[in-house]
Amino acid sequence: MDVNEIQTIEHDVVVIGAGGAGLRAAIECSAQGMNTGLIMKSLLGKAHTVMAEGGMAAALGNADSRDHWKIHFRDTMRGGKFLNVWRMAELHAREAPDRVNELEEWGAVFDRTKDGLINQRNFGGHRYPRLAHVGDRTGLELIRTLQDHGIHQGIHTHMECTALELLKDGDKIAGVAAYWRDTGRFVLLKCKAVILATGGAGKAWRVTSNSWEYTGDGLAMAYDAGAELMDVEFTQFHPTGMVWPLSVRGILVTEGVRGDGGILKNSEGKRFMFDYIPERFAPETADSEEEAARWLEGAEGARRPPELLTRDVVARAITAEVKAGRGSPHGGAFLDIASRRPAEFIKRKLPSMYHQFMELAEVDITKEPMEVGPTLHYFMGGIRVDAESQQTRVPGLFACGECAAGLHGANRLGGNSLSDLIVFGQRAGMGATEYVRANPGSVAPDHDAVKEAFRRATAPLNRESGESPYALHDELQDTMGANVGIVRVEEELKKGIDDVAAIQKRAETVKAHGSSQYNPGWNQALSLRSLLVSAEAVARAALMRQESRGAHTRLDYEGERDEWLDYNVVIRKSKDGSMDVEKVKRPEPDAELKRIALSELEPLEEEVTAERAKTREVADV
Amino acid sequence: MSEQRTFRVWRGDKDGGEFATYETKVDPGMVVLDVIHRIQAEQANDLAVRWNCKAGKCGSCSMEINGKPRLSCMTRMNVFAPGETITLQPVKTFPLIRDLVTDVSWNYEQNQRVRPFKPKPRGADGKMRMYQEDVDRVQEFRKCIECYLCQNVCHVLRDRDGKAAFTGPRFLLRLASLEMHPLDDDDRIPEIKDEFGSGMCNITKCCTDVCPEHIKITDNAIIPLKERVVDRYYDPLKKLFRVFTGSK
Ligand SMILES: Cc1cc2nc3c(=O)[nH]c(=O)nc-3n(C[C@H](O)[C@H](O)[C@H](O)COP(=O)(O)OP(=O)(O)OC[C@H]3O[C@@H](n4cnc5c(N)ncnc54)[C@H](O)[C@@H]3O)c2cc1C
Ligand code: SF4
Ligand code: SF4
Ligand code: FES
Repeated sequence: MDVNEIQTIEHDVVVIGAGGAGLRAAIECSAQGMNTGLIMKSLLGKAHTVMAEGGMAAALGNADSRDHWKIHFRDTMRGGKFLNVWRMAELHAREAPDRVNELEEWGAVFDRTKDGLINQRNFGGHRYPRLAHVGDRTGLELIRTLQDHGIHQGIHTHMECTALELLKDGDKIAGVAAYWRDTGRFVLLKCKAVILATGGAGKAWRVTSNSWEYTGDGLAMAYDAGAELMDVEFTQFHPTGMVWPLSVRGILVTEGVRGDGGILKNSEGKRFMFDYIPERFAPETADSEEEAARWLEGAEGARRPPELLTRDVVARAITAEVKAGRGSPHGGAFLDIASRRPAEFIKRKLPSMYHQFMELAEVDITKEPMEVGPTLHYFMGGIRVDAESQQTRVPGLFACGECAAGLHGANRLGGNSLSDLIVFGQRAGMGATEYVRANPGSVAPDHDAVKEAFRRATAPLNRESGESPYALHDELQDTMGANVGIVRVEEELKKGIDDVAAIQKRAETVKAHGSSQYNPGWNQALSLRSLLVSAEAVARAALMRQESRGAHTRLDYEGERDEWLDYNVVIRKSKDGSMDVEKVKRPEPDAELKRIALSELEPLEEEVTAERAKTREVADV
Repeated sequence: MSEQRTFRVWRGDKDGGEFATYETKVDPGMVVLDVIHRIQAEQANDLAVRWNCKAGKCGSCSMEINGKPRLSCMTRMNVFAPGETITLQPVKTFPLIRDLVTDVSWNYEQNQRVRPFKPKPRGADGKMRMYQEDVDRVQEFRKCIECYLCQNVCHVLRDRDGKAAFTGPRFLLRLASLEMHPLDDDDRIPEIKDEFGSGMCNITKCCTDVCPEHIKITDNAIIPLKERVVDRYYDPLKKLFRVFTGSK
């Protein structure tokens, strides 16, 4: 193969991934004058972000004027069991309102309050109604707004173009090896900086809300290029996925159902969440159905219903009920909004849920309860980045959105992802721009590496025979579900690691039939490597963390252990190619941030009220 | 209870192709896209199909199922008669890439032609105010998942030269969402008429019939746009026009 004959495209910055994070990053780079390329595995506007339902969290204070970034920050830290990168949680809470308002200027049409402002809804773990939303299709609104704004900013979009490997010049980023899905031809993207915005790796599990794109490509590419992964043991199981029919198992049922009044019941008709309120949240959670009902009416002083506890808590509660034999017929719990809200309300507030159940399960959610159970939903962990610039330890390599680690710690609050995308997408765009400006010299990817990348990619097609990529993917999902699931234990994790290693070996000789032209079998074969790197990383990190915190639950190490609060599990590729897993000490948090996060709610609320009064005085003068 | 069923699936590319027949097991609750995946995994690894969300949210999986344009992820197998053979073909209005996948880039070119939202200045308090009742209509339009099924069935676009003169229902819908946006500060009527060809639509409503989001494309978007064009350019004829279309 002659490298000079491969199609070559040059940009200053290449953004990999066109979900909310990638689009926002590309818009920023372009606005800063960078020649920006944006590549994606699917068509523009189809990334995972389009599926997000409930909303995006920002302390706008429209629905409840008491909200403030400090309270959002505190909620995020508590939801993340204090393992979040402090500075990221701060930046996110401070900057989310501006980023959301900016979307409105770009044409987004959120649901409105009576005063004509962006309306906000309640969600688990958020003290106030905080999620800007559009019914239950907020992700669509976000992606369409960014897409329709972005296409006029001079971004070069390359659709159905899949990145295979990152290329370097010495230790610096110099390009991306990729291929076009329709023809299977290779393309070499030369650039000075790469922003990864590739999302998670949920497809390593069978029961997941994630699409085929979620194979962890960004994680694996970053890892191979020398960047670090962090916190990957924290895989979020969303408590409410569909469980029936089998073919839709895992598809998400938005938390908005509970935010808008839905309750969880077991087969005995008992509203069981009252039995699962963790101590830390007890002071802020209703302890009777009567109080929960008052909260729903908006009564002053009433505390939130336990269905709105953080996702890890609710997911474990459902799992426990099913284990105890009190599950629904298909092994889940009942989610009931029909008896709580009038049919009209449900259809207006949750139109796509109504649709989804009607069309896929023939269940009318205005009349009957839904059957729901945990589904793998989100990667809190991912590529380790600098809080301000989103740069990894590889010069010129940045990451943002779900594929990056830090903001969410051990557990993500609903709605904090969409706001994460726009806050840190923008920051990554700035970071990459500054990097390119500070490094004016030219870079060129190493020729041999380019050749090698493309040779590896064609191997599955050229082989005479070999195993089916689909079968291997299936086996990976089996072992991840059985051994690296929602509740974990040492022997199983070890078994999972061994299984993944065995599959890795076999994956070296998979066979893809047919040509390279729009060939899902070949595409699947190529994504196996990323899936396997991601799966191995999760299993190894989960084995190392000997405690239960947030989304990571160890049967053999119950409860949070204080000594583990000081550590992240960090993963990197060692010289011999094996996976290096290390317990890395976290830096001391900023004292002021620590004070805010650990503060009781009431004094903090008084503090922000006083602050607000002061700024108002200043404004009046 | 699973049953064995027969599928005829178009296999080929721009140089030609033919229907291939697959027998496969179908489990209760399956949608057509599940069946395609099963065929792909067990019998035809390289069968090309486009999809993402498998929940009717991304608009990637459009195809013709027994001749009807539909989302394959939202078409349940139990809508077919027992034993009925199911025929799967790519949509017809756009060039074929391979098997069930077509090249829809023309639609992206149309979107590129639509000038972006131009916001009115913010209010004195720095806020953008819009009331729910004023945005309900725009929100209906913004439910569009860009599946292009409406584009596929529009006979104007299917006609040989249609694409040169007419942007199609999806993009009239998009233009309507801007034109009716309470805070858009742009005059889009001249180009809606001259460049996007609103006059080409003759209100057959085939687009509305296939929209998986149940958007009333013709009644709520296209007809009002036509009326705005008429108001601007042919005011005396306005009355007559309304008689013809039956709209208010
Ligand atoms: C059903 C569902 C509902 C959700 N609801 C909410 C919600 O209400 N609120 C909330 O805050 N969060 C929600 N989330 C989570 C949130 O939607 C995601 O975490 C977020 O959208 C991820 O965005 P992203 O920009 O990081 O990546 P994505 O939107 O997933 O985009 C990834 C992009 O990377 C591209 N890509 C991947 N690999 C490659 C490669 N090798 N080469 C080229 N391109 C590549 C893909 O093609 C895609 O364009 C939800 C998630 C799901 C699944
Ligand atoms: S109503 Fe108009 S746009 Fe819709 S299908 Fe008919 S001619 Fe095309
Ligand atoms: S208007 Fe309806 S049919 Fe047309 S592209 Fe949008 S969702 Fe699809
Ligand atoms: S796969 Fe997304 S609409 Fe069918």
